[in-house]
Amino acid sequence: MAIKEELQKQLIDELVVESLEGLDAFDHEILVLETGEQTADTWNNAFRIIHTIKGSSGCVGFGKVESVAHVGESLLAVLRDGSLTPDSNTFSSLLRYSDALREMMRSIGQDGVEGSADHSQLVSDIQALHSGLTGAKHGNPAFGFFDEEPKAPEALSDTPMDAPTAAPLAATTADKEDTNASHPAGSQAPKGSISDSAIRVDVSQIDRLMNLVGELVLARNQIVQSTGQDADPAHVAAVQRVNLITSELQQSVMKTRMQPIGNVWSKFPRIIRDLCHELGKDVALVMEGNETELDRTIIEAIKDPMTHIIRNSIDHGIEHPEQRVADGKPAQGRLSLRAFHEGGQVNIEISDDGHGIDVGRVLQKAIQRGVVTQEQAARMSQREMLALVFLPGVSTADEVTNVSGRGVGMDVVRTNIEKIGGNVDLHSEQGKGTTIRIKIPLTLAIIPALVVTCGDDRYAIPAASLVELVRIEGDQVDKSVEHIHDAPVYRLRGNLLPLVHLAKELELTALRHEEEAMFLVVLQAEGRQFGLVVDGINDTEEIVVKPLGKEMKGLSVYAGATIMGDGKVALILDVLGLARRAMLLDEGSRQSAKDRDGIKAPDADNETRSLLVARVGANRIAIPVSCIARLEEIPAGKIEHAGKLEVIQYRGRIMTVVRLASVLGIPDGASPAESADSERLLALVVCALETSNLGVIVDAIEDIVEERIQIEIREGQRGILGSAVVQQRVTDLLDIKELARMAA
Amino acid sequence: MAVLDVQEVVRQQEITHVPLAPGVVRGLINLRGNIVSTIDMRRLLKMPPLDDESQSINVITRVAGALVSLLVDHIGDVIEAPDDRFEPVPSTLGSEVKHIITRVCKLPGNLLMILNPERIVEFDRVNLPVPIELHKDRAA
Repeated sequence: MAIKEELQKQLIDELVVESLEGLDAFDHEILVLETGEQTADTWNNAFRIIHTIKGSSGCVGFGKVESVAHVGESLLAVLRDGSLTPDSNTFSSLLRYSDALREMMRSIGQDGVEGSADHSQLVSDIQALHSGLTGAKHGNPAFGFFDEEPKAPEALSDTPMDAPTAAPLAATTADKEDTNASHPAGSQAPKGSISDSAIRVDVSQIDRLMNLVGELVLARNQIVQSTGQDADPAHVAAVQRVNLITSELQQSVMKTRMQPIGNVWSKFPRIIRDLCHELGKDVALVMEGNETELDRTIIEAIKDPMTHIIRNSIDHGIEHPEQRVADGKPAQGRLSLRAFHEGGQVNIEISDDGHGIDVGRVLQKAIQRGVVTQEQAARMSQREMLALVFLPGVSTADEVTNVSGRGVGMDVVRTNIEKIGGNVDLHSEQGKGTTIRIKIPLTLAIIPALVVTCGDDRYAIPAASLVELVRIEGDQVDKSVEHIHDAPVYRLRGNLLPLVHLAKELELTALRHEEEAMFLVVLQAEGRQFGLVVDGINDTEEIVVKPLGKEMKGLSVYAGATIMGDGKVALILDVLGLARRAMLLDEGSRQSAKDRDGIKAPDADNETRSLLVARVGANRIAIPVSCIARLEEIPAGKIEHAGKLEVIQYRGRIMTVVRLASVLGIPDGASPAESADSERLLALVVCALETSNLGVIVDAIEDIVEERIQIEIREGQRGILGSAVVQQRVTDLLDIKELARMAA
Repeated sequence: MAVLDVQEVVRQQEITHVPLAPGVVRGLINLRGNIVSTIDMRRLLKMPPLDDESQSINVITRVAGALVSLLVDHIGDVIEAPDDRFEPVPSTLGSEVKHIITRVCKLPGNLLMILNPERIVEFDRVNLPVPIELHKDRAA
């Protein structure tokens, strides 16, 4: 008995999962049909999906689903035959119909029952569509309803869709995948081969696997740390192998959790269509980079913010068709989604060609709400004003619709994205459109972090919010740290940086010794930068994030905990929470000053670029900071050879290194004697490429600058993008991708 | 405590202090790769801290899917008691103790309090942070 119930439960679970997937695909087919870009199989596919749902749910005894599904199936049958020409009303009804089925499936998934919702109105609507237009053929709709029953499979038998549609009726739902897979129909063939080689794995299983790998990484760190230089060589070799295998395992498991971003995006065409209907707009959606992969948890986390942004764009970004024509734009609006990998992060761009954001109105709203004062407003740049829409209570919509415009939106979007270690940037040109750029990390489970010491304990800071590290020598501390009221600030390249003492925020009693050097960790949260004062900076490490118990859920300053290489537990600081706490504690006179500071943060300005300036021979070479992973110094003797390539062992992997001087044919500054010295330290810039790192050896690293630059493209020199004036001097801009190609 | 609530018993571990956490939370320990919060039973029961904690024991228990460690002075014995030895908690008991005890077991010679681990981690419902006072625990 119990086994039977278990089996039944399993069947139902599979039914729900497959049906929901099927309904998503169904929506997609209907939307394709509506645009008129269908192929011969589109109606067939839609029909087949519904037919499968009907058959499977009937099998497990969900009569209500079966009967509702049946009505639509009948309508689809005539639509497919071409004896009925669909209009927009038909498509809307079909989408509502798929919603109804989806709702019932969800209810089955949750409570095991079909739910009490009444779908009779929908059923009669669809029957009306069916009978109204094919009335002559069928006469009485009720009669036609039953009349259709034997006809459906019959009609199928002469289409190539026969096998998958008929099979589920006879067999169990579990067979659907297989029958699909074995299906020979042309357009379905690629899909079939995928399900042939793929299996369905429970997400919790993968999460467990991920956890285990996480533990393995920790154990590996411990082993590596405890294996000294003088250990038995065989032992060291084994440890190195374990080290490598663990890294590889970690990457492979991480890959299994990756999903293409298209999984989230597939929901958008439907949302956009519904919104357009509701608002009387016409918008075409363009999607690029569907296949860009992201961790499952992140995909989940960006779903809502993205939906919100898209709703915003359509509701008050893109104008009504008449307005657009009057403005000399095509009547159909354009919303484009673009996703791509860059420097270990995923970028998502959402842009529309609407009327853009009215900066004046944003400012007016912000002043009204008391977010900024008149004087502050007068001194703001365009970009700073735009950034105001991310503050709570600022909305540009004239009126509140039920779609958007309540002024709680963009701030939530930003908070949600920063919660997963990402950031949002907005660019808008009045009359031309708005672009919102989201940058998010690839994964959350294992993150690079900076380990710092404060008091007797170590804390980990996620590298995503890290901007830079500053060390102030003991005798400089008094001079360089100034106070506004009670608030300490530090002048970082001319800008005031508010300082937060970690020890003070955590209410630790241990005080820093005055004479020692002071360590500043410059962090970024909600578009503001602040300097965190810590007792010491240890190293960066890959850490596994573990949640804290519910006893400590209320502590917003921690994002979790992790186990360090020596087996001790360290807390992970939540930069956002920490910033909030610090701001909260000294609210008042400084608040507005801080706000202004924050908006002025250099990263808010998109036109400027952060560049690392290095010297090679007599040349100045600039590398975009966005593609740099780390800066290292290595002894020349560490460079080994693999074939023609020069490589080094870097963090358990083999990394190709290129000597910029020889690649670019510049004589480097070192004398032959110096070059022969294996102890000589070389400056190495580790650049992050899509799949690996590339080490670039330069003579010296000069500076990191943020400047508005204009690049003069120069052909002929491979590996050099062009030249620009940086810090009043001509500097060549390196093309990392090209360089990697040259090295390979 | 019911034996089935206990996952394991481990000796004193290296504890990582959690600043800003409620007073009864001693910190975090690393239990074979799992991070487990440690609750100081003495602080919870408002007893004075021990001078020498080297003999203290972590009792690991699973509450609502998460592991929690209860730091106790020492563990006594595992006993089996028939149902009729149990009685409800007397209503005169102090509030800080009463909410974490489910029943009292009558043993020959003394009484035994049965802890409810689920309630222990809900300490934040009671007035917190717990001041470390030196007042006598009534039930001790």
